[in-house]
Amino acid sequence: MQKRGAPFFAGYYILLLFALYLPIGILFLFSLNDGVVFAFPLKGLTTHWYRDMLRNAELLQAGMNSLQVAVASSLAATSLATTSAIALLRFQFKGKSPFIALALVPLLVPYIILGAALLVLFAILGVERSLWTVAVAHTIVSLPYALLVIMARMVGFDKHLEEAAQDLGATYVYTLRRVILPLIAPAILAAWLVAFTVSFDEFILASFLIGRRPTLPVYLLSQLRFANRFPQVIALTVLVMLASLSLVLLAQWLQRRGSAIPESDRSGQFARVPGFEDLAFQGEGSSEPHE
Amino acid sequence: MSELPAAIELIDVWKRFDEHEAVRAINLAIPQGEFFSLLGPSGCGKTTTLRMIAGFEQPSEGVLRLLGQEIQNTPPHRRNVNMVFQNYALFPHLTVFENIAFGLKARRVSNQEIRRRVSESLEMVQLPGLEHRKPAQLSGGQQQRVALARALVNRPAVLLLDEPLGALDQKLRKEMQLELKRLQREVGITFVYVTHDQEEALTMSDRIAVMNQGRVLQTAEPRQIYDYPATRFVADFIGTTNFINGRIISTGNETASVELDGLGIVCMTMQEGLATGQSITLAIRPERLRLNKPSSQGQANQIEGILEEIIFIGNDTQYLVRFKNGVRFLVREQNQSPTERGASYQTGQPLQVTWSPAGANVLLE
Repeated sequence: MQKRGAPFFAGYYILLLFALYLPIGILFLFSLNDGVVFAFPLKGLTTHWYRDMLRNAELLQAGMNSLQVAVASSLAATSLATTSAIALLRFQFKGKSPFIALALVPLLVPYIILGAALLVLFAILGVERSLWTVAVAHTIVSLPYALLVIMARMVGFDKHLEEAAQDLGATYVYTLRRVILPLIAPAILAAWLVAFTVSFDEFILASFLIGRRPTLPVYLLSQLRFANRFPQVIALTVLVMLASLSLVLLAQWLQRRGSAIPESDRSGQFARVPGFEDLAFQGEGSSEPHE
Repeated sequence: MSELPAAIELIDVWKRFDEHEAVRAINLAIPQGEFFSLLGPSGCGKTTTLRMIAGFEQPSEGVLRLLGQEIQNTPPHRRNVNMVFQNYALFPHLTVFENIAFGLKARRVSNQEIRRRVSESLEMVQLPGLEHRKPAQLSGGQQQRVALARALVNRPAVLLLDEPLGALDQKLRKEMQLELKRLQREVGITFVYVTHDQEEALTMSDRIAVMNQGRVLQTAEPRQIYDYPATRFVADFIGTTNFINGRIISTGNETASVELDGLGIVCMTMQEGLATGQSITLAIRPERLRLNKPSSQGQANQIEGILEEIIFIGNDTQYLVRFKNGVRFLVREQNQSPTERGASYQTGQPLQVTWSPAGANVLLE
């Protein structure tokens, strides 16, 4: 039952996979290359870049800085996004649509403009540049992503569930705690991961707003000048990539376990809790069908 | 008995959404322990009325009383009513046990008491042993029972049901109708039941309010509604009805004579408020009509028509008969024995449609 053109699309897809993963593969390859020149043939297999990297205090410090900024800004963005999503989708108030629009604007403003603007703002306010100012900037830019992920989930679940809770005697706070939050928990986790990623590899805003302590991307770029240190940088990026990959896989596994119901037992009445893979990972609002 | 306050009382209740009037001047008093149905087509305001009783909508005007207490300003979680939602609205992340215990936990009932009452109510809806399943692992009928148990476990003064059987298949629906009725008798709780299914309402209810376009057209017992519909809409919505226009030409003590447009004179039982010269509509149920034989109660009314169509529907056969003036009547006869009727009439043949004077119902327009 092969349709004509299938080989073409298959070939196209393989090409696409190559384009996506070839650079990453090359990175991995050269992190193990015994030499500082990036050219084939490889000089020989070594792990000493990894060893050097683990001894490079500056590099590790930059990594720690990024981790701190990412944790702080993703927590801030996720909690702001959660409360905003509930307010926007469950309460009626004036100026709702402008608020949604305003919250999403950071998606459209070029980072370089936002960075300059924040730099000026912090200068006027007399706030010294530090990891904190970077974290504030990262909170602003990751908020729209987190908001969209959580809103998509909230649109997807039956509004009557909240009414049912209140009908059964639950106050609003109790409903929030026992019904709304557990139901959007997967989306909150997904939103947090997105926000974390946005912050962790963000360069432009950070380069405007860092004080004396660089974040990892800023530090990495500064190391490009020193050819002999560069393989360490590559080794670090490979580790970071592996870490984020396992984070995503972990989240997915948690999701599947959370909704582990045999396919045959699912009646049509309730759509299952969407897995991590169902959520709009790129911030495009995907909403689960209602029934 | 009359001292007992009504379970639910609505006094001149209106509900407006922007321009749209969803509920208009509704007055209802539902006595305690009654199985009461709100029946009407979709968009007639029945669900809005139910949601106002539950507290999810605020009446724009009017008074709402629960056991004599005004409740229109009480939030839903403080009203002693519980609702069974159309799609059950079971909490998908909680087990059956946790779903049913939800209301008790919210009201800080002790754990021991919760366990006792949950298992009691699971038995009541005949679902013991499923405590640890998640809603998605249950069939539609089981979910329905869990939704019922979750509401009844709180022992509400009134149970509100919003088309709870709509999602079930025909056979299960019939079973659940009888089961709901049994349950209601057992627990003695007032049920307010919203449905668009007339058969469902007739089967289960003590009384029915028929609604259309935000108004209550008639509130009465099922038999009364079926036999004496108050308006053309009610007559048409509940069951099937033939309508024919006429004018009263004479009235007596027992009977009145009606001249049907272009079809001659028929006789009907005299009712209060009828006067000579009045234009009326006669409403006659298809099963009150007979074909080609005199009515058993003597004094049968007869009109000649042409048999246009024969429709076999299993237990009954329906005949569509067209009169001289263009009006068509549907006649329904039971199939007493195989092929008894099927062969005895041919489409296109002329025959008599007859009915007894008591078989017709007068609608004053």
